[in-house]
Amino acid sequence: MDESYDVIVLGTGLTECILSGLLSVEGKKVLHMDRNDYYGGESASLNLTQLYRKFRPDQQPPSQFGRDRDWNVDLIPKFAMASGEFTNILYHTDVTRYLEFRQIAGSYVYRDGRISKVPSNQTEAVSSPLMGIFEKRRAKKFFEFVQGYDFNNPATHQGLDLNTVPMTEVYKKFGLEPGTQDFVGHALALHLDDSYMTQPAKETYERICLYMNSMARYGKSPYIYPLYGLGELPQGFARLSAIYGGTYMLNKKVDELVYEDGKIVGVKSEGEVAKTKAVIGDPSYFPDKVKKTGQVVRAICILNHPIPNTADADSIQIVIPQKQVNRGHDIYIAAVSYAHNVAAKDYWTAIVSTIVETSDPEKELQPAMALLGPIAEKFISVSDLYEPVADGRADGVYITKSYDATSHFETTCQDVKDVYKRVTGNDLKVEGKVKKQEEGGAGAE
Amino acid sequence: MAARPSARDAAASLNNSATSAGGDAQNAANLKPIQVKLVLLGEAAVGKSSLVLRFVNNEFQENKEPTIGAAFLTQKCKLDDKIIKYEIWDTAGQERFHSLAPMYYRNAQAAVVVYDITKPASLDKAKSWVKELQRQANPNIVIALVGNKLDLEATARGVPREEAQAYATEAGLLFSEASAKTGDNVMDVFTEIAKKIPLDQLLASRGRAGGAASGSGAAAGGRVDLNAGPGGRNAQPGGCAC
Repeated sequence: MDESYDVIVLGTGLTECILSGLLSVEGKKVLHMDRNDYYGGESASLNLTQLYRKFRPDQQPPSQFGRDRDWNVDLIPKFAMASGEFTNILYHTDVTRYLEFRQIAGSYVYRDGRISKVPSNQTEAVSSPLMGIFEKRRAKKFFEFVQGYDFNNPATHQGLDLNTVPMTEVYKKFGLEPGTQDFVGHALALHLDDSYMTQPAKETYERICLYMNSMARYGKSPYIYPLYGLGELPQGFARLSAIYGGTYMLNKKVDELVYEDGKIVGVKSEGEVAKTKAVIGDPSYFPDKVKKTGQVVRAICILNHPIPNTADADSIQIVIPQKQVNRGHDIYIAAVSYAHNVAAKDYWTAIVSTIVETSDPEKELQPAMALLGPIAEKFISVSDLYEPVADGRADGVYITKSYDATSHFETTCQDVKDVYKRVTGNDLKVEGKVKKQEEGGAGAE
Repeated sequence: MAARPSARDAAASLNNSATSAGGDAQNAANLKPIQVKLVLLGEAAVGKSSLVLRFVNNEFQENKEPTIGAAFLTQKCKLDDKIIKYEIWDTAGQERFHSLAPMYYRNAQAAVVVYDITKPASLDKAKSWVKELQRQANPNIVIALVGNKLDLEATARGVPREEAQAYATEAGLLFSEASAKTGDNVMDVFTEIAKKIPLDQLLASRGRAGGAASGSGAAAGGRVDLNAGPGGRNAQPGGCAC
């Protein structure tokens, strides 16, 4: 590794691997290292042995769970929005060639003590128990407004300029009940708390559009998920980087970051120094350059049955809006199963997560855990969320953010774009990024 | 190197014969190529990419640079009344520092594990790859052990053929020695693999899972094909759910 690189990337989480792939495609000479002997860092999917080693180092996985290799358990629950920016990046980098995706079978929302499917079409909407008949009419008017809204055509605005009016005004105009507001803001716009209410409505409008467009793409739910687990995603982008000349080293400890006049010039590992002009990495490699912004509690639950009241769905998201359970942040349930090659036959894994608000985080998950039915095994973790204290322009060290509590990869993409811009000075454009391989073509040279 | 029929000619004639048989309605289902993922493994510089370039393009480049830019190469191969389309994955150099991702051999139906007949250490490395495949990969994977650089046999052979053959037999692998440089035995490696892959089983399981389906939208079993393009983006929100 005694060489010079344009960029050295530390940690093989999804954010770092996407950046590594994009920079390699542009012809940058990239060295990518990870202290672990596996890809993915926090965004890895673990087999049973790895899972028990992490959470129960003194225990063997019980034999009832079957073969080790059948399990790929995510540590951080996220789904891809079918029409979101992450899917766009996957497509334009041709990383879709390495992965197979499957729909998430349903999106549910909790209201008044029970869960209901977020309607995916008109028929489901008409029969949905989520709203009474009069409220359905009001909601219909609201959605017609959203559907017809055109920022360039004031005639569609009905007096509401979404660039300026807060979402509370929009709700008021259409007379939506608090329960419907919860549904729109949390189950569709996927806000984690209610701070959006007083913000300009534009962002919420865009989030609703993203949800609707994603839902319209494949039906069932707005989400897709890679077979064999989320850990496949960083591996896919790492391969992209490698085929464009990126060098990969796993199980490689970072001893020291080498600076000259306050600027990064190299990374020292096992006695050797690799020279570089810039370093990108996840927060765990720079404990003195990041600040803690909060905590997320997650419970990974193994079930030998589908989640009750979900029509035996093989996979599902359930949003529990904060107000429904007297909290300040939503609780999410993300469940996948053997249908996605992430668990042994007839097993499901459900990850329950939320932002920590009290000194007893596990108890905060209780309303969600109660929806799961019998739980065969659970693993609880509380993770600190970090972000960099500086933007990296001064010292050439560009640090990514921890994976947040959102249920999708849109904020991860935003972080990718931010870091990319800081490193290269340019806005990220993924369209036309790689020469896409023709179906059936040889593709080389 | 022009003396023997080249791999490409052979492949081309296979493709032609496949096309000409297209009128046979009964065989129509079988003529849809059966996609087979094949992965290459082996120490750096044993000639993995060269073997594939010989098979796919019938080329050989002296001092070839490590592979850049291709997700994978494809080549068709005809066997009896079936056409197999190999999707051949190269390591992209990720084997160099023990950093090959498990995704690489995910769902691979075949593997070509390459060593260099002039370098005994490369056979040891090949054996450890075989072990890794047997531990991690699809249990029905067909593995071929290939000793490359047969053209150097007279002057520099370091691994006796018998030794490698005995290991391959014991481990249940296909075995051959070949030369990417001259083209010797290269085509055979891929046809022997094709013969051993349980194609009928593969077809049956794909039919069930809908995995072979293509085109936009959702396939059977909830699989989606993202290669069809990110349609619907930036559109006005269509089909409001409520």
